[in-house]
Amino acid sequence: MAPILEVRNLTHVYSAGTPFEHRAVDDMSFSVQRGEFIGIIGHTGSGKSTLMQHLNGLLKPTSGQVLLDGVDIHSDKKFTRQARFRVGLVFQYPEYQLFEETVYKDIAFGPKNMGLKAEEIDRRVREAAKLVGLTDAQLEVSPFDLSGGQKRRVAIAGVIAMEPEVLILDEPTAGLDPASRAGILENIETYRKTKNATIMMVSHSMNDVARLTERLLVLSGSKLAMDGTPAQVFTRADELLDMGLDIPDVTRVFLRLKQLGLPLEPVYTIEQAVAAVKKLKEGK
Amino acid sequence: MLKDITLGQYFPGDSYIHRLDPRTKLLMVVVYIVALFMASNWLAYGLVALFLAACIKISMIPLKAITRGMKPVLVIVVFTGVLNLFFTPGTHEIVNIFGFSLTWEAVERAVQMILRIMLLITGTFLLTYTTSPIALTDGLERLLDPLKAIKFPVHELSMMMCIALRFIPTLIEETDKIMSAQKARGADFESGSLMDRAKALIPILVPLFISAFRRADELATAMECRCYQGGEGRTKLKQLHYTQLDFTAYAIGAVLILGVLAAGRIG
Repeated sequence: MAPILEVRNLTHVYSAGTPFEHRAVDDMSFSVQRGEFIGIIGHTGSGKSTLMQHLNGLLKPTSGQVLLDGVDIHSDKKFTRQARFRVGLVFQYPEYQLFEETVYKDIAFGPKNMGLKAEEIDRRVREAAKLVGLTDAQLEVSPFDLSGGQKRRVAIAGVIAMEPEVLILDEPTAGLDPASRAGILENIETYRKTKNATIMMVSHSMNDVARLTERLLVLSGSKLAMDGTPAQVFTRADELLDMGLDIPDVTRVFLRLKQLGLPLEPVYTIEQAVAAVKKLKEGK
Repeated sequence: MLKDITLGQYFPGDSYIHRLDPRTKLLMVVVYIVALFMASNWLAYGLVALFLAACIKISMIPLKAITRGMKPVLVIVVFTGVLNLFFTPGTHEIVNIFGFSLTWEAVERAVQMILRIMLLITGTFLLTYTTSPIALTDGLERLLDPLKAIKFPVHELSMMMCIALRFIPTLIEETDKIMSAQKARGADFESGSLMDRAKALIPILVPLFISAFRRADELATAMECRCYQGGEGRTKLKQLHYTQLDFTAYAIGAVLILGVLAAGRIG
């Protein structure tokens, strides 16, 4: 199947020609299939945010290309604008971008910019609000009267209401309490299932990415260091730790058990761990 | 994009200019401006330009950064030039367009005006390029010290300036982020009528103001938590001391003024 997104030799240099020159993304190449759930992990400053902003055409590559459905995002101005709607981008702490008088109006901002009809906007706003768990009553209050977790949901709904084919989220659960975190991750998964959408999520929680994603992109020092399934990536635990990254808690426990002499293969989710322990028990 | 605004930006470095006492630099900028406005002929302008060129060379600030900083003010420069071109009385007419006569005097004056503005801006830019905001406000506070005698809140003023300068890059970055986020939701800042464009600013300004207030509030709380209170009895982490370098700079400044005065006599 043709990939929905393709990144070819992407390089981005900030402030070229000043003492602040910084190569934020260096020669990255990968492609993304429809319906994939991809986790992006990397240390602060490894180029995650810069990479993400290329995927919907907000930033123009210094060299290289980003193809959406086989077409260069920057080939045509109209297409670049279309790409913004087809590739939805939720920034870090998106609740700081809310500005409208009511939650409803704020969620409607994206669909309105798409030039949709009033009924369609209404449908999308209500659907997106429902998906992230906002009640009808909450739609009519000011977003600034909501709690932090609810504001985050409103901001995410604002992007989901554009019904993007690819949804990219930069640390969507940063700074939230455990209940809100679980809720938002569940919303993302629901959106993926109902729309067969592609999800790309930046996260610092190895437990989350291990549990949710099918594929991991590991960025280190502005380069794409690893690209593979969580199983493949987390077996290279030493390299990850060298990059200043973490491994899931359960993987850490199992690696230690193996060092202590138990015949265990490394696992990265709780479910796998349960199965492995059961097997070991029965084997004895 | 917005990050390219270099106004008030500090380029870290270790040149002679960087190492000057901030007080010296502030006073030298005043001396430089006085010299620039005293300049009345080409020789004097040449002297001032030479002085600036030498300073830039010594400061090791890349020329590109300096020309880039000029970009936003280009409109003003061109506007002034054109105004002077047509509204300076003179006798040596070159051409006459629709009753506006263009004279040699006017051309000379326009070029000098443009030169003056550009030298003025570049000179003051050099100050902020080579001096960190904190050093700058420290220097200003010391220079304004005598005003404390008449109960002028010198410390508060310099603190406010310091905070304002400190927050320029933060707010620019914040604006950039909010703009990107709204663009990701399809906001369009580049097309439409003037009214549409003004309206398109709302999604940026509302979050920006909220975040600015939030930051101010957080900063105030943080300062209070550390029992911050004005200048009374407060000691400095970095004491300012004049060195040989500063006296040399003052001497050069005096030479510059004398040179410009002398050039005025000759010309």
